[in-house]
Amino acid sequence: MKLSIKVNGVSRDGDVEPRTLLVQYIREHLGLTGTNIGCDTSSCGACTVHMNGESVKSCTMLAVQADGCEVLTIEGLAKGDEMHPMQKAFMENHGLQCGYCTPGMVMAAIGLLKENPSPTEEDVRIGLEGNLCRCTGYHNIVKSVLAAAKS
Amino acid sequence: MIPAPFDYKRAGSAAEAISIVSQYGDDAKFLAGGHSLLPLMKLRLAQPAVLVDIARVNDLSYIRDAGDHIAIGALTRHTELEHSSLLQQHVPLLSHAASHVGDPQVRHRGTLGGSIAHADPASDLPATTLALGATYVAQGPNGTREIAATDFYKGFLESALAADEMLTEVRVPKMDGAGWSFQKFNRRAQDWAIVGVAAWRKGSNAGVALVNMGSTPVLATSVNNAISQGSSVEDAARLASNEAEPQDDMNASADYRRHLASVLVRRALEQSSC
Repeated sequence: MKLSIKVNGVSRDGDVEPRTLLVQYIREHLGLTGTNIGCDTSSCGACTVHMNGESVKSCTMLAVQADGCEVLTIEGLAKGDEMHPMQKAFMENHGLQCGYCTPGMVMAAIGLLKENPSPTEEDVRIGLEGNLCRCTGYHNIVKSVLAAAKS
Repeated sequence: MIPAPFDYKRAGSAAEAISIVSQYGDDAKFLAGGHSLLPLMKLRLAQPAVLVDIARVNDLSYIRDAGDHIAIGALTRHTELEHSSLLQQHVPLLSHAASHVGDPQVRHRGTLGGSIAHADPASDLPATTLALGATYVAQGPNGTREIAATDFYKGFLESALAADEMLTEVRVPKMDGAGWSFQKFNRRAQDWAIVGVAAWRKGSNAGVALVNMGSTPVLATSVNNAISQGSSVEDAARLASNEAEPQDDMNASADYRRHLASVLVRRALEQSSC
């Protein structure tokens, strides 16, 4: 089935089997492998991307469901060499260890600040409930998000 | 994990969706947010031959004041229920329960109608709308009909909807200032409830329903009757453990669930009393 999705600001036309998952389309068809597959059961949030400005789990969506929509992945955040403030905050606050959850965590955190620009620590912890860190590095992740909110 | 192959059709209206599904009968499924159906398809527990995508039927996404009740379009997403000031004012229990479904990403996709039509006893919103005395509206090839929530849930993932009927609207009576409580007991953030309770109280009336206590969402009729007959909260809550036939699973034994039901119903009734 033919589809057209604007990914990181660029319109991309494709032709996929209807059963192709959005995350599979992003990684395998478009070669954007920054978005990770973790649990593959919509629990861990590693595959979080934005669709039309909202965070979604791309392992639990079909690519055809995103036809005609705008998708933002971790690759679309930086402007040239300049990192997105959330990426910068993760770097400065050691918000990552192994890095596997990081792309999803950063996308979920940006979505969180969109809905609540001045969250408390508790708001951040609750707002990131859909993202798991296998290193259990939550302390610095929360610190990073709070730092990004201030900046 | 990739679902088994299927044909994908996109419908622009409820009537078009119903007409497509009518051609395929049991082999076709409506796809709304997909957050109940797609996980089952990825595990190959569901293998529909045809998916009819109804997510773009925009006129089924609304929350309206309809006098004595709030009318909610079936394609209204959990995030919209959570943030609706109309719902917060008139049916705060439903808005609050919606904010506990899954996690933010799930709530950006999942819909009220999808959750109810899926009829999962472990889901929060089927039991919550059951407690609130909601009425569901179903549209089929021959028109629409109303189904009381109390008549809707027939068995595990089974509802009163015919294969070619689509849930289009959920009508929830206004709570008119009733006290309410939503108790969700789970061990990890974003998990399903091991047991959940949705409850409201006003004067001598109460509505209590249980999440994940049997093969369907359960209206705790004996608890509700006991409250209306003047029982104490403790005595009424004790009845909750016998209200359903919960299952053992990897998270909890049936006995533990019965115990939890009584404890959570007591807490819910206490919290609803103010």
